[in-house]
Amino acid sequence: MTACLISSATLTTGSDLLAAQKAATSSKPAAGGSSARGQILSLSCSSCHGTDGKSVGIIPSFYGKSPQYLEAALKDFKSGARYSTVMGRHAKGYTDDEIRMIADYFGTVWQKNK
Amino acid sequence: MSQNISRRDFSKLLVSGVAGSALGIFGGAKPAFAAKNRVVVIGGGFGGASAAKYLKKLDPSLAVTLVEPKETFFTCPFSNWVLGGLKTMQDIGQTYAVLKNRYGINVLVDSAVAVDAAKGTVKLKSGAVLSYDRLIVSPGIDFKWGAVEGYSEQAANTKMPHAYQAGPQTELLLKQLLAMKDGGKVLICPPGNPFRCPPGPYERASLIAYYLKEKKPKSKVIILDAKEKFSKQALFKKGWEKRYPGMIEWRAGTTGGKVTKVDPASMTVFTEFGQEKGDVVNIIPPQQAGKIAIDAGLTDASGWCPVNPVTFESTMHPGIHVIGDACIAGAMPKSGFAASSQGKVAAASIVRLFQGKVPAPPSLVNTCYSLIGPGYGISVAGVYKLSAEGIVEIPNSGGLTPIDADDDQLNEEASFARGWYNNIVQDIWG
Repeated sequence: MTACLISSATLTTGSDLLAAQKAATSSKPAAGGSSARGQILSLSCSSCHGTDGKSVGIIPSFYGKSPQYLEAALKDFKSGARYSTVMGRHAKGYTDDEIRMIADYFGTVWQKNK
Repeated sequence: MSQNISRRDFSKLLVSGVAGSALGIFGGAKPAFAAKNRVVVIGGGFGGASAAKYLKKLDPSLAVTLVEPKETFFTCPFSNWVLGGLKTMQDIGQTYAVLKNRYGINVLVDSAVAVDAAKGTVKLKSGAVLSYDRLIVSPGIDFKWGAVEGYSEQAANTKMPHAYQAGPQTELLLKQLLAMKDGGKVLICPPGNPFRCPPGPYERASLIAYYLKEKKPKSKVIILDAKEKFSKQALFKKGWEKRYPGMIEWRAGTTGGKVTKVDPASMTVFTEFGQEKGDVVNIIPPQQAGKIAIDAGLTDASGWCPVNPVTFESTMHPGIHVIGDACIAGAMPKSGFAASSQGKVAAASIVRLFQGKVPAPPSLVNTCYSLIGPGYGISVAGVYKLSAEGIVEIPNSGGLTPIDADDDQLNEEASFARGWYNNIVQDIWG
């Protein structure tokens, strides 16, 4: 059981714990089919963009977009190639790998709602 | 806000916290293969309602009970817009029908009065006792009555509202502003750090000034601050100069800002430098975690709740997670957005723990808009991760609206502030 690993006394620093968690969770599917890491990176996006990326207000919706579209858009916000008020400030908080995981999450979550 | 713990203590905290989780699954009082895993959530605000909804969204098989005493929850975000006349109370009231009917959450209009961490039960005001496999405590803030001499709950309810829990307090402050004569003086008195919604008092000053400039232009707003500096300070000061020149005065703690005593009868506040009389007096007192968190033994000497930053599980009592304003979350501010982000992380972690899996490392976000006036919005963004030092902001990310932002951008930010509200409440209560 992976959980036993965490209670082991061999983990003595936060960094060790992080490494163990990354090893344990980076590629395993979570409930929604995306990786657990992808899920946790993505959940906060919906506070501004709507649940599953379905916006009810003026903030852009990205429900139904492809992973490729989302990855390219996020990378453009991060580099500044695409103008934004606040999105660039957010996108700079994620590595390219993390951006790919977020794009995979939102690029597939809507297909499961069909 | 600093974490105030050494690196070594943090590591211990982290490991023991997760070990507590593991015990909760494999060695605790509950059978690991119960038909339904039961989660009780105390508090239906930004943190608790987010956690309840996302628990059911991520794992519909969970039995989730949400305990909240108010049938309509008025949001603190946008309550300053109500004071400025830009929104109504109805606009900022959220209800629980969707969480109940669409998500199958057992919503109880009740209050938690006692938690028995050893037995895994919560006693409610009605007398009912709920058993849980995991408990989420999201009680928001309580005020330290008496920290400002003469400022009591009764003073807040009659003469000097805090309006820092939205609802009747917002309505009282609004009523006083509407009744004030032109040429009157409004005093806003924010506390020292940490407190709920760091930009809140300054957005409040802005939107009260907006109302006064429109209707009572000879009036003034004076901010008597316990602090030396405040959130988004340069952006607020620039906005005040542009929109309300001469109307808002801010005094730092050491230059006569710190309020030590009030006399509600004469509407007077006392600072180290003298006294000031207001026509409307808004005291925002020092704060601590909501009462149930204190009663349940979840707080430390700071008055806030230490948690494992991976799962937001209490380091005081395993099996209990504390989220939102009540918890100590490293570099994250006490905001509705942060509470929601923490609620989702706690929900995802709890789902993983029930499955016997290791929770993913947390990713947390904060996004707060403040309105200086119609068409003039500013924002702060933060993306947070776990490091050996606790929850830290990711370097070279996040930050404020640029100080040289042009009118178009400020106008866009004001529009996005509305969009932010529409989506965050939909994401939590809708």
